[in-house]
Amino acid sequence: MSDLIPFIVAKYNYWIYITLMMIGLYAMIAKNNLVKKIVGMNIFQTAIILFYVSIGAKKGATIPIIEHAHGDAHGAVSHTIEIAHYINPLPHVLMLTAIVVSVATLGVALALAIKVYNRHKTLEEDEIIDQIKGI
Amino acid sequence: MSQHYPALLVIVPLLSAFLISAAGWLNKRLCFPIAVAALSVACFSSVLLLFQVLDEKVVLYKLGGWSPPWGIAYSVDYLNGLVLVVVSVVALLNLIATQRNVEQEFSEKIGAFYTLYILFVTGLLGIVVTGDAFNLYVLLEIASLTGYGLIAMGENRAPLATLNYLYMGTIGASFYLLGIGYLYIVTGSLNMADISAILPSLYHSKTVLAAFVICIVGVWLKMAFFPLHAWLPNAYTYAPSAVSSLIAPLMTKVIIYVMIRLMLTVFTPKYIFSTLNVSDSIVWIAVIAIVMGAILALGQRNLKKMLAYIIVAEVGYMVGGAWLGNRAGMTGAILHIANDALMTLCVFLVVGNIVYKVKGYAFEDLKGLFRKMPFTMGAFVVGAMSIIGVPPTCGFFSKWYLISGAIQAGHYGFMVALLFSSLVNVILFFRVIEISYYEPFENHHGQESHPGKIAEAPLTMLVPLLIVAAGLVVVGVYTGDIVNHIIEFAIPKGIV
Repeated sequence: MSDLIPFIVAKYNYWIYITLMMIGLYAMIAKNNLVKKIVGMNIFQTAIILFYVSIGAKKGATIPIIEHAHGDAHGAVSHTIEIAHYINPLPHVLMLTAIVVSVATLGVALALAIKVYNRHKTLEEDEIIDQIKGI
Repeated sequence: MSQHYPALLVIVPLLSAFLISAAGWLNKRLCFPIAVAALSVACFSSVLLLFQVLDEKVVLYKLGGWSPPWGIAYSVDYLNGLVLVVVSVVALLNLIATQRNVEQEFSEKIGAFYTLYILFVTGLLGIVVTGDAFNLYVLLEIASLTGYGLIAMGENRAPLATLNYLYMGTIGASFYLLGIGYLYIVTGSLNMADISAILPSLYHSKTVLAAFVICIVGVWLKMAFFPLHAWLPNAYTYAPSAVSSLIAPLMTKVIIYVMIRLMLTVFTPKYIFSTLNVSDSIVWIAVIAIVMGAILALGQRNLKKMLAYIIVAEVGYMVGGAWLGNRAGMTGAILHIANDALMTLCVFLVVGNIVYKVKGYAFEDLKGLFRKMPFTMGAFVVGAMSIIGVPPTCGFFSKWYLISGAIQAGHYGFMVALLFSSLVNVILFFRVIEISYYEPFENHHGQESHPGKIAEAPLTMLVPLLIVAAGLVVVGVYTGDIVNHIIEFAIPKGIV
């Protein structure tokens, strides 16, 4: 038990993202309402965005812009650049694209839900399946 | 000019998609010619690119002039050179063949339809041409989102089927993204060639194993590999006919290309076949996929759904062949990507022609069609022969390579599954041919109409279909050249 807590705390970002992901997956599998499933799907995608953002973060580090690097030859020589002082911006930049993708997916999914509602007058999946079988 | 083919391949269709959507507001007649022009440019560049690859082996295109590990690079080698030609040719032929279907099924939405069509093809071409793992995810989502839009334009049950496809497809793409994230943690790179250069020292890392498992499951979801296939039949059946004949030949095949690319370039053959001991179990899953796909196809009373289940079985062929771990199996899998795209296009175009004339695709609607549409049904017979695997057609040769790969690997279960599926295909297609040849045509009042009266689909639909049907035989005859000059070099030397 005493080993477990540091084990969880040391990698807490992974635990949080897995928990979120499983909440999303649960909603997609277990919920009967189509919009609730769509929201679950969005939570699922957000969990992965959180994962990427957290692997790029670093304690006590700043954005990777080097001050006085241009036009100041003395400054550039005197400063030694340590990697530990700067975060890796790439995962964050990738997630800008992934956020756009997840917003677009959410939009398409909700539009489809509207189409389903117009046709079947309900968003509950079991009622729709009953309708399809009844026809 | 010639050094810009990889970029032209993606940029021209992408920009034309916006042009088409603008043209849709001005004059709907402009949309189709712009779409044809855009795909012709893509087709032309992909063919020239293949010739360039035959000379130079690898064509590397640095977007914006940034060199690979930092910038995004498009890299074309023998493997994706071939797939690019297949994708662009199939998309162009289908565009021309289905013009009348589109006018008939949704004349008021022509602008939106062609915009989505061209964007979808852009996404697929981008997936195939890119050498960057994250770029692949973005293009995969472009192709998927436009694909959802296209399928949802279909008849009454289409929106619900699309929504199910969207749930599964999003989980698949998200898994792929997650797997790439794990790879990025350990390698610090997103470029495929760079990752494979860094990986050998990390073969026993658990993170790489997690990355591999998550990526492969994601890709399987997207390609409808058997236990994860549930979304495919309904989505492909209820899609409009112009869309099913585009998505059915291309989407699954391109994702199989992605799997082979992950196996050969990103994770390297040494890792997946030697370090991991999973290939045997995956081939067994493929065996189940083939058998179940064939059995489920037998239970269908409607032509389009039957073909959709045959696709599930065909996916099993290619996954199994790729995971046999020998040269013949891999050759069969890559050859089958091209062949299956062509033969699926052929049979789905036939369905499109039937829908255009008869307004239905259930088995009862097929009665007497050999009299009514002899050329369309002739093409259907050629396509059916190819799917069954009868010698002069191309389907025979890829099946031959797959079976000899199975014998070489000593995997007789896979061989039996392939033969079983061929036999079931014989039953499936001869049942369709029997209904349409022997049973008299009935019109909707139940009376027999004039026998021997030909009411064929218009020439713009018929000519592309006959070209595809002839293509099945031509590709079959030239299989030796394709294998010796292209596929032989697409497989790394490590696989014997």
